[in-house]
Amino acid sequence: MDQIPALIRVFSYLSLLTIGGGMAAFPEMKVLVVHSHHWLTEEQLIHVYSTGQMSPGPNMMMVAEIGQIVSGPFGALVCALAFFVPTGILTFGVGRLWRRLQGWPWRDSIQKGLGTVAIGLAIGGLITFGKSAITGWIPVLLALVTFVALNRSKVNPIWFILGSGVIGVFALR
Amino acid sequence: MGETAAGAAKAAPAKVKVSLLELFLVFLKIGAISFGGGVVAYLRNTLVREKKWFDDDEFLEMTSISNTLPGLNATNIAILAGDRLVGTMGASLALLGICLPAFIFMTAAGVAYSDAHARPYATAGLRGVAAAAVGLLASTWFQIGKKSLKGVYDALFVLAAVMGINYFKLGVPVVLLVVGGVAIITYRPHVKPEPPAEEEDQWIRSLH
Repeated sequence: MDQIPALIRVFSYLSLLTIGGGMAAFPEMKVLVVHSHHWLTEEQLIHVYSTGQMSPGPNMMMVAEIGQIVSGPFGALVCALAFFVPTGILTFGVGRLWRRLQGWPWRDSIQKGLGTVAIGLAIGGLITFGKSAITGWIPVLLALVTFVALNRSKVNPIWFILGSGVIGVFALR
Repeated sequence: MGETAAGAAKAAPAKVKVSLLELFLVFLKIGAISFGGGVVAYLRNTLVREKKWFDDDEFLEMTSISNTLPGLNATNIAILAGDRLVGTMGASLALLGICLPAFIFMTAAGVAYSDAHARPYATAGLRGVAAAAVGLLASTWFQIGKKSLKGVYDALFVLAAVMGINYFKLGVPVVLLVVGGVAIITYRPHVKPEPPAEEEDQWIRSLH
């Protein structure tokens, strides 16, 4: 229970960093969750983040799993609210303003500028994530096969996620 | 902006009558079946193709607003769509609907994980999942990059952001402020290389 205020602080802060997607916030999440607050080990964070990829809906709901592990169901609820509500309100407000900004030429500049940087932030997050997630040659292989296959076909990624999980059970123990 | 009759009819699809219950159930369903990431594709399929609540342009507009703002694209689009269809309550219920299944899934995963994380099978399986997640996310961003990065500046800003995060360990706020700021100034209105046709029209019209 004593972790609740910290959970609210950390996850509402992290939510503000998710420009373009959740991956942008991963490096900061690792620092805060693993190193500052010791809620999870680095390996556990990778596990929880990966579980998020198996979930339907927004994958970043993995924050609820962190809350659950740290503080039980109430922790899960608090993390989810802290992560999704503040940015939700911002989106709601900007969404209503957006049309009025239609003639404002900077609107497109901001969109283009942030959109480009968001790709860099996601790649940066992914590098941080990959460094911890890829250990040994079997994971390298699984990641490569998934990457190549998803670029070449429209198969639902969930099959690669689950298939790699099964392979992991046998090959990565 | 051609076919004016169709365009005018499509201009106000928010006039579609959607009940709060239907809206909630539609987003709940998307939240429950959108396995494998790419929720945006599920949203587009349902909202544009199946329900015809929005046309492609409107959906694209909601996607670009979502992209520019913090928050996930999936939840941001849900909020924007819900608001346009039914207003404030619509936005809230769309967000709740799309989040609820994942919330239950992840909370249950947390219970199972606290219970089982010492067990070697779960750990080994998740190692495999993590590896595939790297491949999945890399392919997602590779596709986005391929589509939206054009020219040297774009590549430089991406590189600068990656270096800022991974090499200089600057943190997202600093990178956003510095690289994002420089990028916005670089793409400032009057040096924009190719304004989209629609914008150009507006600009030309504004001269008269």
